[in-house]
Amino acid sequence: MISFVTKLGDSFLYFIRDQGRMGMFLLSALLGAFSRPFRFREVVRQISIIGANSFAVIFFTAIFTGMVLGLQGYYTLRKFGSEGMLGSAVALSLIRELGPVLTALMVTGRAGSAMCAEIGIMRNSEQIDALECMAVNPFRYLITPKFLATIISVPILTQFFNVIGIAGGYVAGVVLLGVNPGAFYNGIEQSVVNEDINLGIVKSFVFALLVVWICTGKGYFVHILRNAGFGAEGVSRATTQAVVLSSISVLIWDYLITAVML
Amino acid sequence: MSPSIIEFHNVVKSFGPQRVLDNVTISFEAGRTTVIAGGSGQGKSVTLKLILGLLAPDAGEILVNGQDITKMKLRELNRIREKFGVLFQGAALLDSMTVFENVALPLRERTKFKPPEIAQRVRKMLTQFNLEEHEAKFPAQLSGGMKKRVGLARALMLQPEIMLFDEPTTGLDPQITMEIYRLFFNSQKQFGYTSIIVSHDIPKVFNLADQVVLLNKGKMVTFASPEEIPLSTEPQIVSFAVETMGHIYSSSKMEHNI
Ligand SMILES: Nc1ncnc2c1ncn2[C@@H]1O[C@H](COP(=O)(O)OP(=O)(O)OP(=O)(O)O)[C@@H](O)[C@H]1O
Ligand SMILES: [Mg+2]
Repeated sequence: MISFVTKLGDSFLYFIRDQGRMGMFLLSALLGAFSRPFRFREVVRQISIIGANSFAVIFFTAIFTGMVLGLQGYYTLRKFGSEGMLGSAVALSLIRELGPVLTALMVTGRAGSAMCAEIGIMRNSEQIDALECMAVNPFRYLITPKFLATIISVPILTQFFNVIGIAGGYVAGVVLLGVNPGAFYNGIEQSVVNEDINLGIVKSFVFALLVVWICTGKGYFVHILRNAGFGAEGVSRATTQAVVLSSISVLIWDYLITAVML
Repeated sequence: MSPSIIEFHNVVKSFGPQRVLDNVTISFEAGRTTVIAGGSGQGKSVTLKLILGLLAPDAGEILVNGQDITKMKLRELNRIREKFGVLFQGAALLDSMTVFENVALPLRERTKFKPPEIAQRVRKMLTQFNLEEHEAKFPAQLSGGMKKRVGLARALMLQPEIMLFDEPTTGLDPQITMEIYRLFFNSQKQFGYTSIIVSHDIPKVFNLADQVVLLNKGKMVTFASPEEIPLSTEPQIVSFAVETMGHIYSSSKMEHNI
């Protein structure tokens, strides 16, 4: 009984410390963006790793998501005789929800996991210690460029997702199922307003921050991660945790942002 | 006795229930070479990390040049760290950078030298370590001995006052080991740094030592010279030495040359 209480207390203290650590981590990473010299080349390199290399994945996810939306939407709307609304249904679902969420999830799987593993390995092989010993701030050097690159890339990828997704919906609805193309465009034009686009943009920024924060943070603290073990096993557990936690956080914040901004 | 540059006062460091350093008081003298010896997992690397401020002690003071680093802000700590050069146990080269970039890193980050000046200094150092042909390789493409040499070159780039070496020769063949020792000897003569060497390579490494520290079960014992260990009349120290170094220790009486 006492040992149970001690364990519970330990877990609670660990949780609090973990939150504190992650909070300080976020602060240091963001402050790093305002320090000189600005590592422009490293940010560009990270954008090409995190952003540019994700285009293919995003393209395929988006085109098929759009086509499924077109297909499902068509059969649902036909029951009410309103196939003309298809364009609006596809565009709104993508811009408000699916674009930001699916982009964030794909970036987590493709780039977030890689970031976590990379930083975890650097921690375990004392590369981060070495940076600190050379009096190089590891945040400015390693973490901040990844933050900036993700926060720049994800909103752009999200917009790309939306465009490709709508094209997918067009292919499924108009080309394959014969919805009137004029009606499809009209539906989009008349129903999508600025608020929808703003909502999507806000989401994509928040998701980008969540993903990069959790993924780099889990890697950075791999050596004090609880129940993770050390060495390669520690890195692999940290990476799994980072992907799971990022994905769940994205979905929770999706709900919260929608609830607040509606 | 020269003045001490690093001092531990009653330092305690535990990980969970495991007490790695138990009330350790010790000093390292300026301009001289101290060898820290002890079995695997006894806390040698932890001791170096405490000196660098990478780990904080649970209790006690750690003085570098008379200043307590355990109470310092990061900014002050970084100023102290500039005095140090470190060769990590696994060399700790940055994976994503070439040999050249690794060695250039301290100059790029800590000095205002222009790129041509940096390139010239890096090439000079690489030549000294016989690495000039490998400057474009990445750490994953290097052998263990080459990594250590690159790590050493990087550590010496800013002409440190204090060099810390964590097992510089472990896992290397005898020939490379000899080469590394020669590099130590020459670079110390050239730069005049204080050095602290953690090593299993007993008794060879004792030829470099002015002072030997044995670490066992959280306790440290200092010997003014390696010759003193076998001469010690205290049975406690002798058993400590035998326990720490085992049979290798007894052979140190016979072998005198590297
Ligand atoms: N971050 C850490 N968390 C928990 N325990 C640690 C940590 N770092 C070191 N230890 C423990 O402290 C002890 C001393 O470790 P240290 O790395 O200093 O050993 P060492 O003397 O350098 O051994 P080796 O010769 O094998 O390198 C070990 O038992 C190790 O498990
Ligand atoms: Mg060690």
